[in-house]
Amino acid sequence: MKIVVCVKQVPDTAAQVVVEDGQVSWGDAPLVINPWDEYAVEAALQTVLDQGGSTKVISMGKADETEALKHALAMGCNEAALVSDPALTGSDNVAVAKVLAAAIQKVGDVDLVFFGKQAVDSDTGTLPSMVARVMGWPAITLVSSIAELSSDAIKVERAIEEGRQVVESKLPAVVSVTKDYGEPRYPSFMGIRKAARAEIPVWDLGELGIEAPASVITWPEMINPPKQEVTTEIVEGDSPQDIAEKLADKIMAEKVL
Amino acid sequence: MTNKIWVYIDQFKGQALPSSWEGIGAGLSIAGELGGGVTALVFGEGVEGIAQEAFHYGANEVLLADDATLAEYRSEPYTALIAKLATEQAPEVILFPTTTRGRELAGMSAVDLESGVLVDITALEVQDGTIVATRPVYAGKLLAKVQCSAKPQIITLRGRAFAKPEADESSSGTLTKVDAVLAEGDIAVKVFDYTTSEAGVSLTDAAVIVSGGRGVSNNPNLEAPGDLSEEEQEVWRAQQGFALVNDLAGVLGAAVGASRAAVDAGYIPYVNQVGQTGKVVSPDLYIASGISGAIQHLAGMRTSKLIVAINKDADAPIFKLARFGVVGDLFDILPPLTDALRNRLDQ
Ligand SMILES: Cc1cc2nc3c(=O)[nH]c(=O)nc-3n(C[C@H](O)[C@H](O)[C@H](O)COP(=O)(O)OP(=O)(O)OC[C@H]3O[C@@H](n4cnc5c(N)ncnc54)[C@H](O)[C@@H]3O)c2cc1C
Ligand SMILES: Nc1ncnc2c1ncn2[C@@H]1O[C@H](COP(=O)(O)O)[C@@H](O)[C@H]1O
Repeated sequence: MKIVVCVKQVPDTAAQVVVEDGQVSWGDAPLVINPWDEYAVEAALQTVLDQGGSTKVISMGKADETEALKHALAMGCNEAALVSDPALTGSDNVAVAKVLAAAIQKVGDVDLVFFGKQAVDSDTGTLPSMVARVMGWPAITLVSSIAELSSDAIKVERAIEEGRQVVESKLPAVVSVTKDYGEPRYPSFMGIRKAARAEIPVWDLGELGIEAPASVITWPEMINPPKQEVTTEIVEGDSPQDIAEKLADKIMAEKVL
Repeated sequence: MTNKIWVYIDQFKGQALPSSWEGIGAGLSIAGELGGGVTALVFGEGVEGIAQEAFHYGANEVLLADDATLAEYRSEPYTALIAKLATEQAPEVILFPTTTRGRELAGMSAVDLESGVLVDITALEVQDGTIVATRPVYAGKLLAKVQCSAKPQIITLRGRAFAKPEADESSSGTLTKVDAVLAEGDIAVKVFDYTTSEAGVSLTDAAVIVSGGRGVSNNPNLEAPGDLSEEEQEVWRAQQGFALVNDLAGVLGAAVGASRAAVDAGYIPYVNQVGQTGKVVSPDLYIASGISGAIQHLAGMRTSKLIVAINKDADAPIFKLARFGVVGDLFDILPPLTDALRNRLDQ
């Protein structure tokens, strides 16, 4: 099996993100692999363990955005490539989908592409199905486990809002993986050393053989959300019953029930 | 004349999701400024009843595709149909709910129609004939204004961010039947069985949520069966705690939520997780018990209208967001609170 995993570098989820002078800032918070993408890497590695083959991890970002790729290499992916070109600054999600599709095409003869569910910075969760659409492949999103896999078909369980669903699809296909898949492995000491030394090739648009795709989405303004003014009232009383009665009255008075 | 605003009605097993009706409400609120009315898209098999419901919620027209290939939602035949209809009729705007299906269809239609997609929008306004939308990013730590310069402007709306219109059983409109575009043989995906969620009331649609965190296992007075391992004893104690959370949720008709710590420790399934890597929710009332209020948890529930926190630790960060707090043991407080609310709600 030839497998590609797509990962994104994002600010740590614990970061305080604010807008300062019109620019988004996360202070000195570390940049990490998008947490959802660790599940995608885990799924790719386990698939190769079962089926044989190789995993290539791809990320589109600025020239120095190799943190997510290094983490995936340290977890055990075989190869990495950074897709980066100054002309891609400000790309919208359809443009990113076209660029990632071109990168997958460049890898060639790919059977399965794994994605995370969603990027925790932009929170769009649309790339997996968009990339599939650009490639003309089926998209199977929110996969919680792979039941069967052969050279030309995959059967999976999906975790959708309403419950669990079993679906089968032809290959090649794009899959996005949810947390139910199982805990991602920690990088091994050897893996971290190997990743630190790895030379990660950079693919620019010339290398992909495409022009920068047009973007139609603009972000005219970023705003710090209005501060939520809450005065916290600690409810006290002589006994739990007394506290519960008072709290129940206060909740009823808010007319939310 | 065709309407400029289309609303995709998301349904599962013949039941429309409430967020679909919110979409009609949002569509009607901007239809005036863009001209024309609202057209609802209803796809499935045996779903004419949903088309009628769409009229009740205010749709002026319904494009109804009723076909065996559309019986189970699949992104390929659904996208192909949306793309064909939109190419022929050129709507200005297509609204979807931000559900799994909505995200897929919006994204894939954007590819087919050479447009873009604005995801998880919480507010819409029209400026010079173009929509300026607001969306939370970085798990709601920031808000972004976003715009799409291509047509159709494809938008997914966050659940509960737009009011659901009142249904009026006497309303009707124009029903137009359309054909599916893909034959079964051209569709790469097959859907097999399906099991309903363990979660009960859906978190994202819930008006009231009662959540439990790691604290639900912390009751030293509970004696777990001795033949269990230490880990199993903790889960056993957590189940007693979650039973109290469930009782309160039952009285309030609420969904049950959880922190990631409770999910990771195996107290409750992942579908119940609230937060940055769980579900983002915005109920009218959120009751957090035994939850400290880590930034990733707050990201998932900070926009709740009324937040109530029960925690042993007076310094827990959750109290900063809470309107009402109780510094105390959830095992002491939840049972009488459940009784007190049951009495007031006359059950
Ligand atoms: C990448 C990433 C993503 C994450 N995503 C999420 C997410 O989506 N959602 C999420 O929730 N977290 C998320 N987290 C985890 C988050 O950082 C916290 O670890 C987690 O929210 C803590 O859960 P908790 O409040 O239940 O547990 P704790 O922090 O352990 O808090 C337990 C609380 O219970 C109180 N308590 C104990 N016993 C009792 C009692 N008997 N009665 C009353 N109170 C009691 C304690 O005082 C304490 O405040 C994420 C973390 C990372 C790194
Ligand atoms: N710049 C990127 N490079 C590679 N993969 C990405 C990139 N952005 C997003 N992805 C992948 O697409 C998934 C969904 O992202 P999004 O649709 O942006 O929320 C992520 O979990 C990643 O697997």
